[in-house]
Amino acid sequence: MKKLSKLLGVSVLTFGCLLALPTKAQDTELPSTINWTIPFGVGGGTDVWARFVAPHLTKSLPGNPTVVIKNQPGGGSITGTNLFFQRAKSNGEDILGTSASTLYPFMLGDKRVRYNFDKWIPLMASPTGGVVYVQPDLGVSSANDIAKLNGVTLPFGSQSPTGLELPVFLAFEMLGLDIKPVFGMKSRGAGRLAFERGEAKIDFQTSSAYLSSVVDLVDNKKAIPLFSLGILNNKGEIVRDPAFADLPTFEEVYFKKFGKQPSGMEYTAYKKFLAAGFAFQKVIFIPADTPSDIILTYQNSVKQMLQDPAFIKDSEIQVGPYENVVGIDAAQYLSDAITVSPELYTWISDWLKTKFDYKL
Amino acid sequence: MIEFLSALDQIMSVAHLTYLIAGVLVGLVVGIIPGLGGIAGMSLLLPFLYGMEPSVGLGMLMGLVAVIPTGDTFTSVLMGIPGSSSSQATVMDGFPLAKKGQAARALSAAFLSSMIGGVVGAIVLSVFILVARPVVLAFSSAELFMLTLLGLSVVAALSGANVYKGLAACGFGLLVGAIGGAPATGEFRFTLDIDYLYDGIPLVVVGLGIFALPEIISLLVKNSAIASSPNKLGHGLKQGFKDVFANLPLVGKSSIFGSLIGAIPGLGGSVVDWMTYSFAINSSKDSSQFGKGDIRGVIAPESANNACASGSMIPTILFGVPGSGAAAVFLGGMLLLGIQPGVSMITTHLDLTYTIIWSLALANILGAIFCICFTRPISLLTYIKFSVLTPIILTLILFAAYQATRSLGDFILLGVVATLGIMMKGANWPRPAFLIGFVLSSGAENYFFQSIQFYGYSWFLRPGVIAIAALIIVGFVLPPILKKRKQKSVLKEEPSPQEVQKDNIVKTVSWTDWGIIAIMSVYATYALANIWDTSMLTKAFPMIAIAIVLFSVVMILSKYIKEKHTRIPSDLSMHLVYIAGFFVIAYGYYLFGFISTTFVFSLLFLKLLAKVSYLKSTIIAIGLVIFLVTIGRVMNVDFPEGFFDPYLLNAIKTFI
Repeated sequence: MKKLSKLLGVSVLTFGCLLALPTKAQDTELPSTINWTIPFGVGGGTDVWARFVAPHLTKSLPGNPTVVIKNQPGGGSITGTNLFFQRAKSNGEDILGTSASTLYPFMLGDKRVRYNFDKWIPLMASPTGGVVYVQPDLGVSSANDIAKLNGVTLPFGSQSPTGLELPVFLAFEMLGLDIKPVFGMKSRGAGRLAFERGEAKIDFQTSSAYLSSVVDLVDNKKAIPLFSLGILNNKGEIVRDPAFADLPTFEEVYFKKFGKQPSGMEYTAYKKFLAAGFAFQKVIFIPADTPSDIILTYQNSVKQMLQDPAFIKDSEIQVGPYENVVGIDAAQYLSDAITVSPELYTWISDWLKTKFDYKL
Repeated sequence: MIEFLSALDQIMSVAHLTYLIAGVLVGLVVGIIPGLGGIAGMSLLLPFLYGMEPSVGLGMLMGLVAVIPTGDTFTSVLMGIPGSSSSQATVMDGFPLAKKGQAARALSAAFLSSMIGGVVGAIVLSVFILVARPVVLAFSSAELFMLTLLGLSVVAALSGANVYKGLAACGFGLLVGAIGGAPATGEFRFTLDIDYLYDGIPLVVVGLGIFALPEIISLLVKNSAIASSPNKLGHGLKQGFKDVFANLPLVGKSSIFGSLIGAIPGLGGSVVDWMTYSFAINSSKDSSQFGKGDIRGVIAPESANNACASGSMIPTILFGVPGSGAAAVFLGGMLLLGIQPGVSMITTHLDLTYTIIWSLALANILGAIFCICFTRPISLLTYIKFSVLTPIILTLILFAAYQATRSLGDFILLGVVATLGIMMKGANWPRPAFLIGFVLSSGAENYFFQSIQFYGYSWFLRPGVIAIAALIIVGFVLPPILKKRKQKSVLKEEPSPQEVQKDNIVKTVSWTDWGIIAIMSVYATYALANIWDTSMLTKAFPMIAIAIVLFSVVMILSKYIKEKHTRIPSDLSMHLVYIAGFFVIAYGYYLFGFISTTFVFSLLFLKLLAKVSYLKSTIIAIGLVIFLVTIGRVMNVDFPEGFFDPYLLNAIKTFI
């Protein structure tokens, strides 16, 4: 039943977006203050992203309204998102910023989730990529030597089985790596610290964290990058990450090792969670019952913002060289990404149980 | 060296100084108001931050972050409200000093030690940061686990006469701290299916509930001024300074210890005040006055918490892993300024790093000076009849608690913890032991499993682990035992009347004791049933906590049976009436709206219960409303809206 309602919700979401489009393109008056709910604490990844986007948003929106960031942390973003779902005003005053940890619990049917994406329209989605790297003392110099890792136990500092690392765990398993997850890391940064201490043998970081903190390690021969997760292109295919063009994608490494393309339920799950967690790493939502002219104003302003050279320059530094997805594309891709079929749900729930003894 | 001096030149520029002072002022304000902290200050400064010259922006942020542990001393000393988690230990002796009419002394000593602590921290930072990388990396999960044990061993010194009560309280704290997701598996424990509990219990609310509310209620029951004896000459500002200079070795040791603990990511600053507090107890010849108003109990934690804030910049700057909540805010600010933390901060951006350090030192000095200027007038507050202050303090506490997760759950939890706090206070159970167990619970569990998973069972042979184990035994476990033995031998020679009396106090039992024992046993039994079917990694740690609680309870009970205990009446009925009243009022704040209820409640309370004139009551009530509205506006703080607040705020808006 829950899955059905999700499916229904997702289609309504797409439809709502279509409805929003045909109205005339004209700038309507927005509230003078816009409250942007961020369901995470101050100083975290999503918060910093929002704080970097906020002034640009102010600049692009007609009337230059003040964008106030309201942090509402708790439950790994579930608390704040639930509250937004219950309380957000639909007059253009309230928008929401989410992250992978908002989408995953929804997809996995976490019982604390009271939100539904059918009531919201995505205005913009910022993608990210990620890189997997290992300790140099394993005798591996690139993904070509991945066979050398057969039978080697690789401790991996991780936050939780259902966190951002979920698709990464799937990738490791498909590659036949013997991963020993060590849970309870407070952040991906804490996981990297465990790697730097030499406790973790393998680690993974999203693009911006990799660029700021791991590239130094690689230059000093303290880390060997293996592969990137790649990014989704317009056709929904996974291609090399422009930020790490010289690194093979997971798919390439898999092909090299096994001589065939990855397939099956496991790969379907991998792609699903990769899309939701990375292609839609950060999303701005607006309540769908906001008057359509206001939504349109927002959509146009976001488009305008994405073309602003100042924004592009800042975005390179803060997010990486990725193209943000807007408008109807965002709605379409997002609805694809978060729809989990009943078979896939059963598979992933069994997998979490057998692999991590984690009950969904 | 050149960077070191050029950074000094940089911070002495007018622009830098102006922004630094702005940061310091904001930091003091958010530090003084309990419940706010770096986060609220940050939201005030951020609009200015974006696009700022990095070194100037860093100076402003540093000013903010550095003085928060200075400003939060005001409420800790004057009202018994721990302004933030880093000043909980200050309450232990600061508030009793205020009750003795020595608030000015306690405050000035606190501010001077904060200043010295902060500057020592900055000096340690400036040298240590160049070599810190390998040192910080040497602290693996195994050493971090040992450090949490070091924190827990403090309980030995804080338990006073009854070790088992301390142990039970600590175990109970560990168990309460285990509420929420198990770090090793993500499975949820003891949540009663209440959403609020899934995240675990917020530390701020526990601190307020266990210390602040019980103090306030017992003052209300007595209905006197906070300061029960008049200010004696020589107990003002100057005396505080003299106290600090008389205890310089303690200040120095606490500062250095504080900055080193701050430098290690993962432990956080919330125990460093307790560690140095118990260190002060252990290292003093006569420790009988601790908890009753010993100035050393203020000096030690206050030197340590500012030093700790400095030390926590090391992991933030070098690794991008914040060592404390305030450091997390600072990290966010760095990223917004376009500065990436990491090795480059000591290679290519060394000048920026030294700018941070100089700003840190300067901010600590300025912050302390500002605070000292206000000490005398503010400490006069303690002479006002307490019932007049009650609505103000209660509003502040509710405000602070609500900032934790912004839900009704914060109020309910506050009342529940306060009930436990009142009982523990009444029956002389060591409340700090509970708090320390609570604070260290998740760290202890997390690092224990991580070290086993990373190293197997050989982790306890690591040299770092052995070194810390030795430190625990020599520094924290042996001193209380030795001291007790010494006291006993003295006692044998000539039993002084004081000692005999002390012995009598220990051997009493009241219904409150039985109540606490019942609460602990029931909760432990529930916890046991709750985790029985879960996986090993989920239940192992709570099992240990349950074992500690039940073992201590059995030991306490057997003592009751074996030794003769004088039965004393528990005089808490009045307190419990007030707690019931608290629940009603807190619900009113939520239901009718925070600001409207503040107005109505303070007006009625002042007029009817405190017997203050209409004019004064109205002025105080309006003042509170103005304060709340301003804070709400300027710092984007949320209150429960309830029925009436939207109307009230609209009315205010049109009025202005």
